[in-house]
Amino acid sequence: MKVTMRINGTERGGDVEPRVLLVDFLRTNLLLTGTHVGCDTSGCGACTVLLDGEPVKSCTMLAVQVEGRDIKTVEGLLQGGALSPIQVGFHEEHGLQCGFCTPGMMMVGSALLERNPDPTDEQIRWAISGNLCRCTGYMNIVKAIKHAAKMNQEAAKAGSHAEAVPAGGGE
Amino acid sequence: MFPAAFDYAAPATLAEALSVLKQRGDDAKVMAGGQSLIPLLKLRFAQPALVLDIGRLPGLAGVKRDNGHLTIGALTRHVDLERDTELGKTFSILPEAAHWIADPLVRNRGTMAGSVCHADPSGDWGSVILALNAELVAQSSAGERMIKAADFFKGPFATTLRPDEIVTAIRIAVSSAASGGSYQKLERKVSDFATVAVAVQVEMDGRKVARAGIGLTAVGETNIKAVAAEKVLAGQEPTDEVIAEAARQAAAAAEPKDDIRGTAAYKKDVVRVFVQRGLKAAIGRAQGGKA
Repeated sequence: MKVTMRINGTERGGDVEPRVLLVDFLRTNLLLTGTHVGCDTSGCGACTVLLDGEPVKSCTMLAVQVEGRDIKTVEGLLQGGALSPIQVGFHEEHGLQCGFCTPGMMMVGSALLERNPDPTDEQIRWAISGNLCRCTGYMNIVKAIKHAAKMNQEAAKAGSHAEAVPAGGGE
Repeated sequence: MFPAAFDYAAPATLAEALSVLKQRGDDAKVMAGGQSLIPLLKLRFAQPALVLDIGRLPGLAGVKRDNGHLTIGALTRHVDLERDTELGKTFSILPEAAHWIADPLVRNRGTMAGSVCHADPSGDWGSVILALNAELVAQSSAGERMIKAADFFKGPFATTLRPDEIVTAIRIAVSSAASGGSYQKLERKVSDFATVAVAVQVEMDGRKVARAGIGLTAVGETNIKAVAAEKVLAGQEPTDEVIAEAARQAAAAAEPKDDIRGTAAYKKDVVRVFVQRGLKAAIGRAQGGKA
């Protein structure tokens, strides 16, 4: 079955069986392997992508359901080759240990900040409550999202985009 | 994990969807958000020949108020109800119950009507519609009929919906009486099913309870309407004694099983305590208090 969707701003398509899950379409057909498969049972949130701007579990959607809609994956977070504030936040605040949950956490974090630019710790914790970190690094994940919020706010105050950090820089 | 192969149809009109179901209803599963169905397909507990995706049907998303009814369209998601500030005091049970369903990611996809039709006895909405005396609007190519919530649940994952029917909306009568509700849920962690949950809705007549609705989650073969407990309250002033008796009757109506979430005796006692708490909160809200 033919399916066409917008992924990270680009029209992408494929020919898939109806039973193909969105996460498998992304990883296997489009080689966008930044989206992870964790539990594969709708429990862990490692496969989180944004569907029309809202975080959803791509292991619990069929690719054909996304026909004509908009998907953003972790690969789409880069802004003109530079890390976006949410990525900078995870880098600066050490928001990851093994990194497996990180793509999902960053997608949820970026969607939260779109809706609520200045979330409290409690609101961040609630927003990531469907995403598991098996390293239990939640404290720093919360800090990372707060860091990104602060960057966005400072950028808004300065009336310009957040200061860009080159991808791969600052290692 | 891959589901077993199935045919997929995503009609653009309700008429088309109903006509597909008329032909193939016996082998089909209707899918809205898919948050219950897709996990079942992946585990191959369900292997329908056809998945009928109603996600693209127009006009089925959102909450409308008309002719004294609140109509919740079949594609209204948990998150839509969770964030609906208009539901206000009268139906605060809806955002309150929505808030505790699964996790935020599931709430962005899953629908209230889909969850009701899935008929998991641990589902939260089943108890809410029993407490609210809601009706389900069932459409088929032969026409439309209303099914009372109390007549809907037949057994675990089984309902009185016919294979050629689609639930297009949930309808709740808007009472002119002072009303309030509460959803009390015990879960071990976010996204787990309820160990026990209780839905309560009351309509007041001055200091007396005119009508009480009580639904129980995860303590039986279906969501349970605690009819005897509702009767204890009807027409009575809700004194501590009356509330305690209603809570005892609700616990008696529960038929929980021992499992990893707790023993049957424990769950029955949670029902009793939650009905008490829920009634006090609901009555407080109906009377404009801070409960």
